[in-house]
Amino acid sequence: MYATIKFYLKSFLFLELFKGLNVTGRYFFRRKFTVQYPEQKTPISPRFRGLHALRRYANGEERCIACKLCEAVCPALAITIESEQRADGTRRTTRYDIDLFKCIYCGFCEEACPVDAIVETRIFEYHFENRGENIMTKEKLLEIGDSYESQLAADRSADAPYR
Amino acid sequence: METIWLWLPEEVQYTLYTLLKVLIILVPLFVIVAYYTLAERKVIGYMQARIGPNRVGPKGLLQPFADLFKLMFKEIILPTNANKYLFYLAPVITFGAGMSAWAVMPFTDTLVFADINAGLLYILAMTSVGVYGVIIAGWASNSKYALLGAMRSAAQIVAYEIAMGFALVGVLMAAGSLNLGDIVAKQAGGWSNWLVFPLLPLFVVYLISGVAETNRAPFDVAEGESEIVAGFLVEYSGMAFAVFFLAEYATMILISLLAALMFFGGWLSPFPGVLADSIGWLFLKTAFFMFLFLWFRATFPRYRYDQIMRLGWKVLLPVTIACLFLEGVAVYFEVGPWAV
Repeated sequence: MYATIKFYLKSFLFLELFKGLNVTGRYFFRRKFTVQYPEQKTPISPRFRGLHALRRYANGEERCIACKLCEAVCPALAITIESEQRADGTRRTTRYDIDLFKCIYCGFCEEACPVDAIVETRIFEYHFENRGENIMTKEKLLEIGDSYESQLAADRSADAPYR
Repeated sequence: METIWLWLPEEVQYTLYTLLKVLIILVPLFVIVAYYTLAERKVIGYMQARIGPNRVGPKGLLQPFADLFKLMFKEIILPTNANKYLFYLAPVITFGAGMSAWAVMPFTDTLVFADINAGLLYILAMTSVGVYGVIIAGWASNSKYALLGAMRSAAQIVAYEIAMGFALVGVLMAAGSLNLGDIVAKQAGGWSNWLVFPLLPLFVVYLISGVAETNRAPFDVAEGESEIVAGFLVEYSGMAFAVFFLAEYATMILISLLAALMFFGGWLSPFPGVLADSIGWLFLKTAFFMFLFLWFRATFPRYRYDQIMRLGWKVLLPVTIACLFLEGVAVYFEVGPWAV
């Protein structure tokens, strides 16, 4: 009997409805969390895994020694490497392709690399306009590495204590 | 200019004059509807800790026009095997009915387009005609979802029309008139004379039915975008969709305006000695109910179909009938605010 009266009182006074309205009413005045993307950007970690790059040593020699560990570890089979021996007896790549349509940006290539040659940068705003542009060739990768070298070096050293 | 005007036959003068008055009501209404859609997105965004559209124009103020132009330039797709004439007729019926209800709306005691004595009845009739557009749209689309949405909408509107009608009967019993101007005039003399206080249960019933009538959340099973895509609107695109949309929002404003007129004293000031009566009060009261529509939508989850039917037939209807009975007794013995 008491429970019945309570039930009817509760439903006819719309208690639950007012509670709900109260919650949304409070949120109406809350601080908003929207990030206005092109103008504002969220902070990016030094471990961010974006577009790939191939780095060079300070003397201009490319780091990659064509050991093909990245090609072996790549779970998406996105990396293709061909190599040859140079005149000075060192081994270097003649072809280093990453298919960005296959790549899943897992960062395994970067972890596998013994000489820190292949790295993933903070670049994430890029697009392709023509067929075939999704293949990152050695030249393109080296170019990205050259133009972002200071950033890449800073990120690696920031993360070095945890490796 | 004046000579041309006088040269025109009297009937033509009258028609032109009436047309002008229609435009004076409808053009601001369209602008308000446009900005109501923006306000809806903003308010719901704010209630979800977002900021809503703010890209088109300063602070997103041109967003409604961007939406409008997008819809205008889109193709109106006619579904295969759809009934062409009915398909195009449906939005016109809903729109026409929704707009003609505005004819009897008083904005102040003198500013009224058609001051007819059966104003309340006329509004009820016109808002009910709108459901034909919905049913025709659902049937003519030749689509299962559209038909389902139309059936739901029809059943729902019929169920809530009755509760709403009864709630309004309470108002006309208290005011002793069907003329909206008279109903407002009856509430003169400060906020304590507003009909919302003696008729509080009926006001609540009216508000709930009003939300259900316009197929708004939480009674939007007719649209139900997560279950039946968009109900009777699935097959409509471009301007045909926009016309339905316009009618829906205009009806929401109409319901809000009616609530302000019938229960909250319309353009009358709540403190007659201190503040003057003006159309501003009407707009303020209407805006509050318009905001309430958005607040409900941001808060309540959708009712299940059978729950809607239960609420309409087994809760609201008995409550209104009981209230009307009590009110009838009060009127007969002339107690409380009903003593003439």
